[in-house]
Amino acid sequence: MFELVPFILLFPVLGLLTNLVFGRYLGERFVGIIASGAVAASFIVSVIQVFALVNNNFHVETVLVADWITIGKMYLPWQIRVDTLSVTMMVLVTGVGTLIHIYAVGYMHGDKRFARFFVYLNLFVVMMLVLVAADNYLMLFVGWEGVGICSYLLIGFWYDKGDDNLGNARAGRKAFVVNRIGDFGFLIAMFMIFGAVGSLQFDAVLYYFENHGMEVGQLATTITLLLLVGAAGKSAQIPLFVWLPDAMAGPTPVSALIHAATMVTAGIYMMVRSAPIYAIAPSSQMTVALLGAGTALMAGTIALAQWDIKRVLAYSTISQLGFMVAAVGLGAHVAAMFHLITHAFFKALLFLSAGSVIHGVEHGAHKSDDHCDPQDMRNMGGLKDKMKITFGVYVVGAIALAGIFPLSGFWSKDEILADAWHVGMVEGHWHGMTVYILLALAAVITAFYMTRQIILVFFGSSRSAAANHAAENPPTMTVPLIGLAILSIVGGGINLPWSHTLGSWLEHTHHFFHGIDFNLTVALTSTALAVASIFVGFIVYYRRPLESSTAPDPLMSVLGPSLKFFYNKWYIDELYGTTFVRLYEWKARFLAFKVDRDFWHDFVHNQIILKSFKNVSGTLSGPVDRLGINKFFDGLAYSVHNIAVKVLRPVQTGYVRNYALGVMLGVVMVLGIMLIR
Amino acid sequence: MIPTSYYLALSVILFAIGVAGVLLRRNAIILFMAIELMLNSANLVFVAYSRQFGALDGQILVFFVMTVAAAEVAVGLALIVTIFRSKASIDVDDISMLKG
Amino acid sequence: MIIPDLNLVATLPLLFLSAWACVLLIVGLWISKDRTHVSGWLTCLGLIVTIVLVVSAPEVSQEAFGGMLAIDGFSNLLHLLFLGSGLLVTLLSLNYLKQHDIERSEFYPLLLFSVVGMMSMAMAKDLIVVFLSLELLSIPLYVLAGLARTRTGSQESALKYFLLGAFASAFQVYGIALVYGATQSTSLASITASIAVHGSTPLLLSGIGLVLVGFCFKVGAVPFHMWTPDVYEGAPSIVTTFMSVGAKAAGFAALVRVFFEGFELVAVEWAPLMAIFAILSTIVGNITAISQKSIKRLLAYSSIAHAGYLFVAIVAGGQGDFSDFAASAVVFYLFAYACANIGAWAIVIALEKTDDIGTAIGDFAGLARSNPGLGVAMTIFVLSLTGLPPTMGFVAKFYVFRAAVNVGYTWLVIASVATVLISAYYYLRIIVLMWMKDGNEIDSSPVPLNFVVVLAAVTTLLFGVLPGPVMGLLEKSIQGIF
Repeated sequence: MFELVPFILLFPVLGLLTNLVFGRYLGERFVGIIASGAVAASFIVSVIQVFALVNNNFHVETVLVADWITIGKMYLPWQIRVDTLSVTMMVLVTGVGTLIHIYAVGYMHGDKRFARFFVYLNLFVVMMLVLVAADNYLMLFVGWEGVGICSYLLIGFWYDKGDDNLGNARAGRKAFVVNRIGDFGFLIAMFMIFGAVGSLQFDAVLYYFENHGMEVGQLATTITLLLLVGAAGKSAQIPLFVWLPDAMAGPTPVSALIHAATMVTAGIYMMVRSAPIYAIAPSSQMTVALLGAGTALMAGTIALAQWDIKRVLAYSTISQLGFMVAAVGLGAHVAAMFHLITHAFFKALLFLSAGSVIHGVEHGAHKSDDHCDPQDMRNMGGLKDKMKITFGVYVVGAIALAGIFPLSGFWSKDEILADAWHVGMVEGHWHGMTVYILLALAAVITAFYMTRQIILVFFGSSRSAAANHAAENPPTMTVPLIGLAILSIVGGGINLPWSHTLGSWLEHTHHFFHGIDFNLTVALTSTALAVASIFVGFIVYYRRPLESSTAPDPLMSVLGPSLKFFYNKWYIDELYGTTFVRLYEWKARFLAFKVDRDFWHDFVHNQIILKSFKNVSGTLSGPVDRLGINKFFDGLAYSVHNIAVKVLRPVQTGYVRNYALGVMLGVVMVLGIMLIR
Repeated sequence: MIPTSYYLALSVILFAIGVAGVLLRRNAIILFMAIELMLNSANLVFVAYSRQFGALDGQILVFFVMTVAAAEVAVGLALIVTIFRSKASIDVDDISMLKG
Repeated sequence: MIIPDLNLVATLPLLFLSAWACVLLIVGLWISKDRTHVSGWLTCLGLIVTIVLVVSAPEVSQEAFGGMLAIDGFSNLLHLLFLGSGLLVTLLSLNYLKQHDIERSEFYPLLLFSVVGMMSMAMAKDLIVVFLSLELLSIPLYVLAGLARTRTGSQESALKYFLLGAFASAFQVYGIALVYGATQSTSLASITASIAVHGSTPLLLSGIGLVLVGFCFKVGAVPFHMWTPDVYEGAPSIVTTFMSVGAKAAGFAALVRVFFEGFELVAVEWAPLMAIFAILSTIVGNITAISQKSIKRLLAYSSIAHAGYLFVAIVAGGQGDFSDFAASAVVFYLFAYACANIGAWAIVIALEKTDDIGTAIGDFAGLARSNPGLGVAMTIFVLSLTGLPPTMGFVAKFYVFRAAVNVGYTWLVIASVATVLISAYYYLRIIVLMWMKDGNEIDSSPVPLNFVVVLAAVTTLLFGVLPGPVMGLLEKSIQGIF
């Protein structure tokens, strides 16, 4: 059954090729069916792989697709790795992907680039699958870059919209550039791995680091920190998270699939994959854990103050990714993967529901001719009765994200916190406790801003005509929402504390992947904190609802200037603007105008080189070339032509007997050469 | 017994006559006969050596050559007849439209 | 006498196709004249079945008919080439015959017989089988060349081809007889054994020389090339397409097997001769092509030059590992040449109207604008024939030249590259005409023709970009045969 695994990649490739070539003629319905069907087919194959692994006693299997690079001792095949970790990701990517594709058919209805959107989306699925199915770092990198380019294309999908009609294009560029910084780290790490191990195959690399232990500790630390740079770029961690909120410029299904559920988790996946290297670099692990926890808290505070419905979710995504990264740093790989999966469910759900809200409000805006920003929560309110399904699933997603028992978010977040607790209290590392406190605070904030969002969007009275005329969306959009809602509710079941299903499943990939035992104290504490936080949220926003779309946030009176600080994202963009971007632009200007134009072009090139060149070439082209060389070659060409016309063609007389004579001469020549020597 | 070299000499002479015929004559039929002569001189070589080695295979090969020659005759004469119909001539020098 | 081991199963593709041709000959009697395309499709069916038989054959080297035929990687690959080009030519002829009013049901069986001859040519391990296969492939071609029997050009080309072909075969038979006299056998294995004992004698060398003459005539090497332009011009284009690819490939197939396997021990004697043919063919072919006005004659001279490039690889024969590589290079070159040449001829056929109208080089003017598909395809074919990347022709020339460099014929390679430059002159002129000049509108081309053109163009490009797998397959299949 493992032979089937290339089909996982093949189906979306076929889908995208079909839509690429025939998309224009097929019409929305067929384009949608082909694109969604392709991903669904991949999903079925992924599920088959699960059974294949079970039959194979969970042993890893590799399937060679083609040889790629063989230079000296460097051997890099296109090889698909089927183990419990990669299959988990495959099922997740294709499963969530299918639902989002179906949703997008409804969401993108009527867009003039409908077919192109699905081509990109299928391409993304292909690349993401390449990433997770890779058997070596370079193939992983191909997928890594591939999803990056898809992300870029899709963020800028409506490239003619946004601020100055360029905003979306700029957002795409920003995402790309920031990701490149991360890729730089990843690439250097890859070079170093190859330099040390002489291979990029996972088996060889991980075996090397597992068996050389502490003697390569220094090297492992460097490599893992560089990998962390890569992961920070792709998974939007401090200091490279700035691109993800801007990425919300893309269509909402894209935000859900790429910028919440799958692509941004690639960094976590890569670090989990490299776990044996991290295992021998404790200081890197600590850095990873603190960085993740810090990101979780910081992004949470920013989410607190945003008005844009998608931006709140974007910062929330960064915050949750921080949870996963922190878990990886604590060595809690199972918890990280667990949270990755449940987060994919409920965050995709939240984004798609937000999309549904936006779509509904836009619809209302068309009806009522009130063209306010359909993403600004200040323009919403009171949507609870107008969009019942959306409201229901949104609440499910929010509760799951807030980590309320017994929804999926509770189990996974709790496992991370339990791990942090374990590292801090039981093993007695100071950073464990720090991480625990940071994450607990982040969890409190999460519950609060989700409460804020629910109330602002769905409760109270409509604060704009658009919101007043909003209406529920068609079933292509709501059915996937319900599917995801169910997953968000029961998703925790894959790794309940007393069964550790996911833990024992992933254990077959790396022996040190373990789940952690349930910790009642931690669970009760975090639940109590979340409930309290929701309660406070209700007091702040429900008791004193926003009156109009221009009213200030009620929280302003409590937090004051610090809320403004949060609202402006800790001024990180401005900080980068003044430090890096402006410096860079100054350097670029200096190089372009002073060095290149004034010095190099005007002085060196024009004055010195060009002038002397003109003199020399004047001499060469005049007497030497035109009269000498050109004449010679003209003459040569002419004489070759002359040979053809005057000598070779007349030989071809058309008389058979002459031709026979030619044959005879040939015979004489052959015999002469063969005999006389 | 006559030495093989005698046969060989005879075959070379026949072959040379054949080649000369192809090069010098203009009648397509004669050309054709000259080619047959060349083939038969080869047959003579086969048979002569076959006798010298005391093996039969050389003589069997002759049958193959003769069969092929017969097939060539069939095709060749048909072509010549076609050309004669349209040109009323089988002078190969008249058939020289294609050249250059 | 022991009854030789026939091993008929191994020769199944050959036997099947022969039988199919015979059946088709008889069935053709009941097919009315306006329904000849039925024969055409039946021919396609037969060829496809044979391709399947060849592909599904076990990958072991075998012998049949008491060691007279070899079935191995080399022959199987070439069988695919012959059958494939037969198939493409059949597809092209479906419309061509009708358009030019030469719909004769015997066309297809004759084509198949010729393919059978080519196939056994690639398998021949005995000189007499070489001779028989050569005649089996040639005699149908003589008839096919004269297919348009009302046209004097067609008649003339048939007669010239026939007379000179028979003349050259006579030399070859005489050569075989002399080799028989020198080694007491016509089987390649026994010849090798005998040469190992007796060394080279003048008798043997004369025999080898004359055998070579027969091959050189068939592949159109200078100075045995003079029939080529006249026959290619006069014969119906469809027949020319077939013989320019199939007959040439078959000639080289047998040449490689006979010289690399049978005469390998005296390679030092014949290798310089091959180099001379290479030089003469590339120079004369390319230079004469420059002054041509008819595209058919131009392609004829170009095919002479290509024979020359193939001889560049042949010089590496009989040199152990290098001869395996040389054989792979020859086969790869033949595939590249086949794709580009069939494609180019298909486009010539698309432009050709009736009797000689539309066959001038000037008729290509503006093709890229009036029919961009054909224009792009023709550009690809011309680039491949010139040997420019990213086409298969480039890779093929690269392999062929490397084969010669391997055995120290660097001067030959330098000289050949110089002739490639000459060839660029007339090849690129076609591209210039197509893209930069204005010309007549042309009618849309029939579907089978478009299919052939697209297939050839895609193959030419694909294996130009990714030659690795194909060359790997070739080297693996041919490993250890020579």
